[in-house]
Amino acid sequence: MEWVNAIVQGILLGGLFALFATGLSLAFGVMRFGNLAHGDLAILAAFLAVSFASTLDVNPFVTMALVVPIMAAGGYVLQRFGFNWSIGADPLPSILVTFGLAVVIQNALLEQYSADSQGLDVGSFETRSIEFTDDIAVGWFPVLILGVAVVVLVGLQLFLSFTRMGRAFRATSDNPSTARLMGINDRNIYAVVMAIAFATVAVAGLFLGIRQTFGPTDGPAQLIFAFEAVVIGGLGSLWGTLLGGIILGVAQTVGNQVDVEYNVLSGPLFGHLIFLVVLAVRPSGLLGRSQQ
Amino acid sequence: MSGYRISRRTPESTVGLIGFGALVVVLATLPWWDSDGSLQTPLVAILYYLALAQMWNLLAGFAGLVSIGQQMFVGIGVYGLLQMAEVGGVDPYVAIPLAGLLAAGLSIPVAAFAFRLRGGYFAIGTWVVAEVMRLLTTESNDFRGGDVRALTRESLGGYSLETRTNSVYWLALALAVGGTAIVVLVLRSRLGLALRAARDNEGGARSLGVSIGRAQLITWVVVAFWTGCTGAVILLHTTSTTAGSAFSVTRWTALVIFMVVIGGVGSTTGPIIGVLVYWIIDEQLGDADAWRFIILGGIAAVMATVAPKGVYGLLQQWRPLQFFPVRRRLAGGPSTNTPPQAAEPEVVVEEGQ
Amino acid sequence: MSPLLEVSELSSGYGDFQALYDLSITVNEGETLAVIGANGAGKTTLLRAITGLVPTWSGTVRFDGQNLLPVPAHKRVAEGITMVPEGRLLFPSLNVRENLLVGGHGRRPGPWTVERVVEVFPLLAPLLGRASSVLSGGEQQAVAIGRALMANPRLILLDEVSLGLAPVVVRQLYAALPEITAHGATALVVEQDIGQAMAVADQVVCLLEGRVSLEGPSAGLERADITAAYFGMGHRLEAGEEGDRG
Repeated sequence: MEWVNAIVQGILLGGLFALFATGLSLAFGVMRFGNLAHGDLAILAAFLAVSFASTLDVNPFVTMALVVPIMAAGGYVLQRFGFNWSIGADPLPSILVTFGLAVVIQNALLEQYSADSQGLDVGSFETRSIEFTDDIAVGWFPVLILGVAVVVLVGLQLFLSFTRMGRAFRATSDNPSTARLMGINDRNIYAVVMAIAFATVAVAGLFLGIRQTFGPTDGPAQLIFAFEAVVIGGLGSLWGTLLGGIILGVAQTVGNQVDVEYNVLSGPLFGHLIFLVVLAVRPSGLLGRSQQ
Repeated sequence: MSGYRISRRTPESTVGLIGFGALVVVLATLPWWDSDGSLQTPLVAILYYLALAQMWNLLAGFAGLVSIGQQMFVGIGVYGLLQMAEVGGVDPYVAIPLAGLLAAGLSIPVAAFAFRLRGGYFAIGTWVVAEVMRLLTTESNDFRGGDVRALTRESLGGYSLETRTNSVYWLALALAVGGTAIVVLVLRSRLGLALRAARDNEGGARSLGVSIGRAQLITWVVVAFWTGCTGAVILLHTTSTTAGSAFSVTRWTALVIFMVVIGGVGSTTGPIIGVLVYWIIDEQLGDADAWRFIILGGIAAVMATVAPKGVYGLLQQWRPLQFFPVRRRLAGGPSTNTPPQAAEPEVVVEEGQ
Repeated sequence: MSPLLEVSELSSGYGDFQALYDLSITVNEGETLAVIGANGAGKTTLLRAITGLVPTWSGTVRFDGQNLLPVPAHKRVAEGITMVPEGRLLFPSLNVRENLLVGGHGRRPGPWTVERVVEVFPLLAPLLGRASSVLSGGEQQAVAIGRALMANPRLILLDEVSLGLAPVVVRQLYAALPEITAHGATALVVEQDIGQAMAVADQVVCLLEGRVSLEGPSAGLERADITAAYFGMGHRLEAGEEGDRG
């Protein structure tokens, strides 16, 4: 029964990973841009929520209304007036810029908030759950996270498929210079993509902060989980990202269960190994388009 | 000037070579005249950082492999030497090249995974592999990476403290000079030709019958070997470690990247300048660790956008020939740097406005 | 007739390579101009300079009296300039209908809709839901022209429409040109196929190594003159017959 519970919890955890992975997947899909600061941005958002929650004396859920727009605006500005300069045929500049940013964010957070762990307290909601059997209980909060992840991914898919802007995203992804001939401002598209990426990773960061304690140097781990979810699911597929997140979540909780029972491997390590297996067996991911 | 004879040697390069040789001699004799060690102590770290910087630059600046996982090879070197000396009873100095070979050997299966990814995803992929190695080391009962482990007196082979201090310094110097030489030799070889052709034009390289993948793999393995040796020497220097510090992304990759980016990616002089700039900043900042990273990371991020060739590139724009004649000798002649620069405007035309 | 597009003394190129040398052409509203010339004569560069995809080194480009140089590429579409690029360059992630719709991204008012495009190119009617990558070359070219029309252009630039297509398909595509110009668009056609260019154009400009080697009304040009201008044998011919060269 512990195993079934581990799988159920893993599926729910997968929602969080999918939410982390959404922005990374979108930015890479539209502009081949791997943002190495992605995880640190989530942690930054969580710390912003800590500050707002204490200064305004409100529930962390309420701070979302502030943090998410601020992060989205930050993403737009940063892409439009910063990252866009580093986009080109050579991926080196964009890697260097975002890696530099990642290290700056981590250390700025260390300076501002110290290395102590922080948490976002939302009251009893976080611990409330429905018990199916003695061994299997499903928390409302993890269900909420998975629900939000599904809504975000479905919403994004609908946006890409059926709106004028979404069409422009896909056209720019195919060929930015021909997209310009259609009157599409590719630089603006990139900035909007980054705004969406920042907004979704801010939501993920807040959920992470509510779920568990976090510190200034936790960003890289989140980046790696997000990246693994993207690669497992398949580059360029948002459904794949959801599936990848869930597989990674299940791998981690099952790995933890293995650790508990047999005292070998740990959750994250098991997740990494699953990622490596997928990379070896199916490099384009489970639902990905085959490599161009 | 000299007809059709191809020559990498110029008057500047001769002067540069002599200057460089003199500098190496001065540095090599340092233990005999710097008796209080005021220069020798900080130089050890500077020198092995130069070795790491040259290796990362060879990968990212020349072979198109932007790795964020170099700490895996340092960590393999550290734990390789630790296990060989502690458990196997191997002389620590013999264990250094063996640790390097271990890193080179393990780099091949790593490449089998990581080379399936490109660009930004290759960067994160190498990071994941390094992370896996850190976790394995931490969780393994043999390596006990979660604990602080130190080289005992016995495993250090009974050498005196003075012998060890001086030999570690000379080893660091050898790693730095040798690392620079490796880059020069690779760039001057057929391998370097293949990498350059790949960087300029993949299709053209393929039609020349040059296998880019093979050239990249060979470079990857060479870099792994030298980085592993450097890791082993780092352990001889510090004598104790944890998996966290041996596989540290900030220490062995982030700092190194910042040095290279500030100095100049894609040139052999760039890492030297970068390491010196780092030394200066480091002296000013002292213990302010967070600020060190904020400043270095900030400078590197801005530089990567506005001056992608770093300080070296800016100096080249300002006075192409006068600064650092070492460059010509080290870069293997102007042909090393000219083609990518000439190719740049085309990229700008395609991607700009 | 007022000039819609005036290119004067335009120099342009890629990186260090100069493709156009002080080139001047004029397209009058309602006319069709054909630009002909051999490979590498600078035809495509001219079109890319007009759309803003390559930078202008010197000279001016005026559209309806307005200086285009400060206008970035994506905003020139809103002014009414659109291009059918060489090689079609449809968006593979978009199906046929979406490819047409994305052409109207700028929402410039005008007569063109997906339905109107299908009226002009009836072969597209059953294909609207298809992936653009599975179409034949001729079908793709029809989509590319339709996509450009969706921008409701005042000036449509057609680059090598006939390239790689069977003659019968080319004739079908060009048969639609009068209908396009009837809706108020002026066309600038780049062609390697001289016969086709002469058949559809009011005016012809021949480029040679980035310069104009011959220009005039298509009806008044001699085949021999064109051939000479096309291949760059102008000097020899000039010696023999001055003709109606301007």
